[in-house]
Amino acid sequence: MSKQIKVALIGNPNTGKTSVFNALTGLNQKVGNYPGITVEKKEGVCKLPRGVKAHILDLPGTYSLNATSLDENVVIELLLNKNDKDYPDVAVIVADVENLKRNLLLFTQIKDLEIPCILVVNMADRMERKGISVDFELLEKRLNTKVVLVSTRKGTGIDTLKDLILDYKNISAEPCVNSSVIDQEYFGGLKKAFPNQSIYKLWLVITQDVNFVKLDRNLVKDTSNFSTKSRSDLKRMQQKETIVRYQFINGVLKETFRKDINAAKDLRSVLDRVLMHKVWGFAIFFLILLLIFQAIYSWSEVPMNLIDDSFSFIGEWTKTNLPSGAFTNLIAEGIIPGIGGIVIFIPQIAFLFLFISILEETGYMSRVVFLMDNIMKRFGLSGKSVVPLISGTACAIPAVMATRNIENWKERLITILVTPFTTCSARLPVYLIIISLVIPEGSLLGLSYQALALMSLYILGFLMAIISAYILHKILKFRTRSFFVVEMPNYKIPLLKNIGITVFEKTKSFVLGAGKIILALSIILWFLATNGPSEKFENAESIITAQYQDQNISKEELNKHISSYQLENSYIGIVGKAIEPVIEPLGYDWKIGIAIVSSFAAREVFVGTLATIYSVGSDDENTIKNRMASEIRPDGFKVFNLASGVSLLLFYAFAMQCMSTLAVVKRETNSWKWPSIQLVSMTGFAYIVALIAFQILK
Amino acid sequence: MKRTISDLKRGEKGIIKDISHQEIPLKLYEMGCLPGNEVELIQFAPFKDPMYLNINGSFLAIRRQTAQLIEIEKIENTPTL
Repeated sequence: MSKQIKVALIGNPNTGKTSVFNALTGLNQKVGNYPGITVEKKEGVCKLPRGVKAHILDLPGTYSLNATSLDENVVIELLLNKNDKDYPDVAVIVADVENLKRNLLLFTQIKDLEIPCILVVNMADRMERKGISVDFELLEKRLNTKVVLVSTRKGTGIDTLKDLILDYKNISAEPCVNSSVIDQEYFGGLKKAFPNQSIYKLWLVITQDVNFVKLDRNLVKDTSNFSTKSRSDLKRMQQKETIVRYQFINGVLKETFRKDINAAKDLRSVLDRVLMHKVWGFAIFFLILLLIFQAIYSWSEVPMNLIDDSFSFIGEWTKTNLPSGAFTNLIAEGIIPGIGGIVIFIPQIAFLFLFISILEETGYMSRVVFLMDNIMKRFGLSGKSVVPLISGTACAIPAVMATRNIENWKERLITILVTPFTTCSARLPVYLIIISLVIPEGSLLGLSYQALALMSLYILGFLMAIISAYILHKILKFRTRSFFVVEMPNYKIPLLKNIGITVFEKTKSFVLGAGKIILALSIILWFLATNGPSEKFENAESIITAQYQDQNISKEELNKHISSYQLENSYIGIVGKAIEPVIEPLGYDWKIGIAIVSSFAAREVFVGTLATIYSVGSDDENTIKNRMASEIRPDGFKVFNLASGVSLLLFYAFAMQCMSTLAVVKRETNSWKWPSIQLVSMTGFAYIVALIAFQILK
Repeated sequence: MKRTISDLKRGEKGIIKDISHQEIPLKLYEMGCLPGNEVELIQFAPFKDPMYLNINGSFLAIRRQTAQLIEIEKIENTPTL
């Protein structure tokens, strides 16, 4: 196999960088993580002419090489490290034609690292409408690089880009801005001390820890040979450097870029006036949220029922058609219901990611950030906390990672701490099944009680997040600079392909991630439920037969007693019985106890666990829901009644039950302190609320 | 009296004069908030905070607190939009 050309795709946020990536790689991409950190790493393979392949790395969006977040830091770490296996042969910098000036800042920085650069000017389709004309030939000459005009919407320019990548060896790697003019003396000293290094590279290493984190300082270990500067001096110099860069860019654009201001007044101001209106803006936002919940609740019902029915059918089919034995039982009672428990909520997750990515792609999300900032600030949050809080309705893990662009540490920390209160999709299957069991049918003003119950749980989760944010805001005493910058991107009609790929990738990684845990747990649970330590388990049949021999009961009735006796004496039964005293005041029996304990691996395990436990206890071909509905307590009441159901709903609404979230919070806050606080306070609070609810309602 | 971005009214424009205050983040410079550049106030959020600006062709929102640190010179006779 010939060597692949290594390409790094770099650009400001909102330039359509991901669209270019999708156009180059199609579905030939994979999403992973950078080692040791939770920054998403997107890479793919692109087929170039003449049978050559290129490895494309889609780096996180950034406005400059002066990193202010973990994501942005990935870009600079890679570009400074020639030994990195992903160090690019050529950098493709994506710029939006309407924001060319600002986008070129990043371009000049990367070019100064002496990496061959290709400048992609994206959104060509908007040029005419905006009255923009660019002299590309002159632009190439002045920037000393290759420029390609691309429209990902119309699919033009991509082939030219591929040709340029193939031909990267002919692209100049000369720097374009001489930043040393800002302080000749200082940079002269630097050059003398490290004659073999690129000046700009040295400068970046020196200034990075002023901005964000300490980089590997090996490059500039010895500072004795040149004069050092104070932090505020360095910052002043960075400011000057930015001015020098813009002077260069302005000079270039003056000759090459023309915008006819008389071109039609754009849609932007009209839409802004409505979407950010102090009344209509909020009304529209609220309506959009309603639409999202409507989609999750009712649109996904049909595919979900279909999935549920197919899985109970497959389970049944396996049981009747495979030779009976322990292995068949494991498949039919452990694995199939376990997988069914996760596959069933693919429709809902897909809908959530669909809406979130549409909101992001259209540029609407930034308007919401703007609209909400003032309100959120009063609760110690930032307008940017809206994005994590909404994404939290899909999953807290990406939501916690989405807090990275919140500049203020205190606001960011509070957002991380309260996000797990929002109703994530893992709670959804639990809510749906319990609501359908304990909330009566019927409707109020056209809305069914069940839909209202679900809606109130979402509102409750959100309220708890806000209230606890306010409390944290009052308790936590940090001295942090309050600062907030958010770009208001142009409105765009989302590209179907982008949305499709996002929904597919996110759903896939979610299902596979959770799926592995669920599958493993179902197998373990099945084993624990079908084996027991004592003779009681082994001899269940004879013990129960003896017990009931005087009574005239049917064979079926007898079998039922045998299997429930067996379950009680299995390993899982013994564990469940041990924790029963703790959860009994909340109205749960030991089977629910087991489901709650296993939920700490992931909440959605709850339904699967109950499915596994109940499958073991019965031979009916019923769905999980029917089995749960028919569970009777020894005193004759249903296990899932209004009181225990509400108590269970509240427990799941507030408890911190997700190990993966705790792990991510640990990584993002860099200490065990905050996840521990989350675990103890949220779960403790959940217990108390569930206790009160059950005791009042029973 | 010193004028800052926070003194602008809706639709008004100014020229950025001084941004040397230490609390102003580098990111703002990089987004085009530099001396000599034009700034226009497009819109306020409810309670007049944050402020939605067009700085040198970049559309961004910043909080009033930060806007107060950026000194400007007002352009008189701003044409009404």
